[in-house]
Amino acid sequence: MNIREEFPMLDKNIIYFDNGATTFKPKMVIDSICDYYTNYCSNAHRGDYNISLKTDMMYEGARKKIKDLINSSRAEEIIFTSGTTESINMVIESFFKNILKENDEILLTKSEHASNLLPWFELCKKINCKVKYIELDSDYKVTMGNVISAINENTKVISLAHITNVVGDIRPIKEICEYAHSKGIYVIVDGAQSVPHMKVDVTDLDVDFLAFSAHKMCGPTGIGVLYGKYDLLNEMTPYKLGGGMNASFSSNGEIEYKSLPHRLEAGTPNIAGAIGMGAAADYLKVLDLDKIREYELKLREYLVRKLKEIDNIEVYNENSESGIVAFNIKNVFSQDTAIFLNDYNICVRAGNHCAKILKEELEIKNTCRISLYFYNTKEEIDKLISVLRNSDTLYQQIL
Amino acid sequence: MDPNLRRTIILDNYQNPTNKGLIEDEGYIKLNTNNESCIDEFDFQIKIENNIIKDIRFDGEACAISTSSASIMIKTLIGKTIDEALNIINNYENMIDEKEYDSNILEEANVYDEIYKQPNRKKCALLSWSGLKSVLIKHNE
Repeated sequence: MNIREEFPMLDKNIIYFDNGATTFKPKMVIDSICDYYTNYCSNAHRGDYNISLKTDMMYEGARKKIKDLINSSRAEEIIFTSGTTESINMVIESFFKNILKENDEILLTKSEHASNLLPWFELCKKINCKVKYIELDSDYKVTMGNVISAINENTKVISLAHITNVVGDIRPIKEICEYAHSKGIYVIVDGAQSVPHMKVDVTDLDVDFLAFSAHKMCGPTGIGVLYGKYDLLNEMTPYKLGGGMNASFSSNGEIEYKSLPHRLEAGTPNIAGAIGMGAAADYLKVLDLDKIREYELKLREYLVRKLKEIDNIEVYNENSESGIVAFNIKNVFSQDTAIFLNDYNICVRAGNHCAKILKEELEIKNTCRISLYFYNTKEEIDKLISVLRNSDTLYQQIL
Repeated sequence: MDPNLRRTIILDNYQNPTNKGLIEDEGYIKLNTNNESCIDEFDFQIKIENNIIKDIRFDGEACAISTSSASIMIKTLIGKTIDEALNIINNYENMIDEKEYDSNILEEANVYDEIYKQPNRKKCALLSWSGLKSVLIKHNE
């Protein structure tokens, strides 16, 4: 069966190139969510009757599927959150706030997403630790040399996107972890743009924490994961308190918490979301993430080659190895380009893509971003190229 | 309005905006406008003397609609009293929101009388005007 036929959104005559923002969902993911609401809707961890047992099994089954997807060693290392943003906030608030001290340094880069910058800025205000930036090379990439030269005796954490959402460069996470760990430095990885597009093996990479979202990998919105090494998660103080995470409590305020992972998942979880995320993991497993990556790279190469054939197009990240391509039509504001493309039902994102300090490096504030996924095709790219070739009349058309 | 004329006016104000570029002068009120729904961002400088808007300048990077509407706003409002300017801005906002308005006082700003047909551009057309309105209201207090 043709992959595209499995996505109801792909029969709507839309060319969707904004997969970095969110992806379309295959029918089997949508069906898994409807199945829960239609056939066994009940709460998890309350298994006194059959449908609740089924819910519990499906919810914990989803956790196991995510564990397998990222090759973690135990299911307790998978904490369901509302998404990458909450995962990063949680690890900073519940772990690093407890262990970092005044003048400790956190290494980031200027191409990080806001969700991997702002929580650190706030932490610095609270405990007087410091954010430092790893210098980017001329392709806006992170090199081991620049990581090493940014580290000093105060460095305690390196927190990086695996693949950045504007430039689309892939960071050498395995090498960074190896070096960082030899210096006693923790490594957090924002996997929002990598887990959906390539095999991410937390055991092989040896990351301490990994955050990612379901909706960028064919799953539903509002659910994501914080992976952490068991011993580190076990040190975390619960970010939220309430039902489902305590073993007992008494009127004098004494609380005994449950073990992992439930201790870090207070309240009724996003059950439908977790089940949908599990279905998405199944779906990606069948498609094979190595094949997805290979296909996307070929598609990217084709897209960049075609874009470069057009005189008035500037591509900003020619040498990145992911499905993200940032460009502008010369002398046209990125949003005007996006609105022009929208006239042809082509969806691209314009703006700074939540990386508002990247402009200091890129020397350009706003770009149009194409972010590909495995269901995009050469034919769609050809259509885009033909529209861009005829962009002389852009302003006549959009004004 | 003839679509070609409308387009020409908007494009001209986008490509050659009025009073683009800020100046060093303590006599100006400063304003930064961020469009929460998109990426447009402008800095404004406004000079008010004896209740009359003497000068408005702006700088920033934004789309054709935002930039041109800032330029046209500046041309429309310079020389007006604060009350006249607020009245013009209110009528302009009404036009964008498809409410009743007096087109006779909007001068060149009438070029946006059909922007409601593109709901995703309404905020671009309002960005500068709403920002300036807040400055004028504050000044009046």
